[in-house]
Amino acid sequence: MCGIVGLFLKKDELRPRLGDLLTDMLITMTDRGPDSAGIAIYGDTVEGLTKVTIQSDTPEVDFDGLDTALSDALDVPVALKAISTHAVLTLPEGKEAAAIAALEGKGLRIMGSGQSMEIFKEVGLPKDVAERFALRDMGGSHGIGHTRMATESAVTTLGAHPFSTADDQCLVHNGSLSNHNQMRRKLAKKGVMTRTENDTEVGAAYISSRIADGASLGEALEGTLEDLDGFFTFVTGTKDGFGVVRDPVACKPAVMAETEDYVAFASEYRAFADLPGIEAAKVWEPEPATVYFWER
Amino acid sequence: MANTLNMAELELRAINSTLQEAAKAQANDTFEIDNPRGSHALACGLDGPLSVTINGSTGYYCAGMNQDAAVTVKGSAGPGVAENMMSGVVTIEGDASQYAGATGRGGLLNIKGNASSRCGISMKGIDIVVHGSIGHMSAFMGQKGNLVVLGDAGDALGDSLYEARLFVRGTVKSLGADCVEKEMRPEHLEFLADILTKAEADAKPEEFKRYGSARSLYNFDIDNADAY
Repeated sequence: MCGIVGLFLKKDELRPRLGDLLTDMLITMTDRGPDSAGIAIYGDTVEGLTKVTIQSDTPEVDFDGLDTALSDALDVPVALKAISTHAVLTLPEGKEAAAIAALEGKGLRIMGSGQSMEIFKEVGLPKDVAERFALRDMGGSHGIGHTRMATESAVTTLGAHPFSTADDQCLVHNGSLSNHNQMRRKLAKKGVMTRTENDTEVGAAYISSRIADGASLGEALEGTLEDLDGFFTFVTGTKDGFGVVRDPVACKPAVMAETEDYVAFASEYRAFADLPGIEAAKVWEPEPATVYFWER
Repeated sequence: MANTLNMAELELRAINSTLQEAAKAQANDTFEIDNPRGSHALACGLDGPLSVTINGSTGYYCAGMNQDAAVTVKGSAGPGVAENMMSGVVTIEGDASQYAGATGRGGLLNIKGNASSRCGISMKGIDIVVHGSIGHMSAFMGQKGNLVVLGDAGDALGDSLYEARLFVRGTVKSLGADCVEKEMRPEHLEFLADILTKAEADAKPEEFKRYGSARSLYNFDIDNADAY
């Protein structure tokens, strides 16, 4: 089944409340996906710096002194902010590829990277995942979240959504893809590698690969309708916005709400119930095989 | 005076039990439900004369299996509203999500906004009026009843249709297998005049086109293999 939530703020006043609003939305979707939960949050950017979010099952060992070790290895300043099993490393732009290679060499799991995006995801009930990472306290311009009921691959941290396959890009998915193995091989031939056996990660890699080839976000999402087979309601995040697309059969639910202050996405209306001004919002169901996106 | 049930204070099961007992008492009571917040399965299984107004939007399967009751949603309804409805009236003031009125056997489902995909799928005698437009695969395998749409219809309208009658005022994106446009006869115009009045719909019977089954898929024919 799975639950998806997304919130894109049009005005700065709500930014400090982004994590709080998204957390309520995420917890409301618990009975659609109690296995694992995750959130991608797009926060402040600092010119010239980039972030890499990592995960470890033994953070107290792995994160201890990691900033110094990485700083020495890359010969650049590195800052580390540990949050439960995750840590966000901040380093100069252009050094993320070398940092990711070094971190993977140490057996650390890469959640995502980018100037703005941080990803936090774990196995467990959404309320526990939210508490573990103090999601309520996080501010930002937009974010997407997912509650997972696993079908295509194991219940693990790496199998949880969102999936990120390029800087500041991520994808959450309700449904299941049926041609993901074939697409994974096609992408691998182009040199686009995935980290897991998960179908959604292939969807994310497909979109990233199209964007890397020069497609706009809208064109990449259009491409999913042609090239991906199966059931999907996708919500994708980028540095500047988020996009939504549903497969032509559209049996996976989706509802959207828009006010002067925000655009919100959810699998069900229930997730909107506590949003400010929802009574007066324009609420509608996104059409099948139709790409929607909002950018600032 | 209406009895008010507040979902901010009462569990869904307590509210549905109260409504179901009132339906059994046959006293034609009036209820208002506040703070529905998209709850699932609200006002389900009501099998007696009863008037329920829900002040807000509902989630999956609102007013399912309705019999004799009048349920009004003053908001939008999630998937499967009025599923397998037997009789009575269900009114949605906003939009309805997918498979509204699925397998319905009787009564009137009156949707003032749009309905999305699979509206009236496998309908078996229900009358559905949609004041806006409907999505793809609507009335799929519809057996009996009437689907009246003031707006437009999406792809594959009436695919594999049996004897349900479909009336659309706007455009039809495409017709499904074995669904064809049919002539509008006096009895159809009479039916439309009656149902449009009942549904308080602002439209004239002569503005609609009628669609129905070509009946060519009823029995297996090897020449139709592609359509099955």
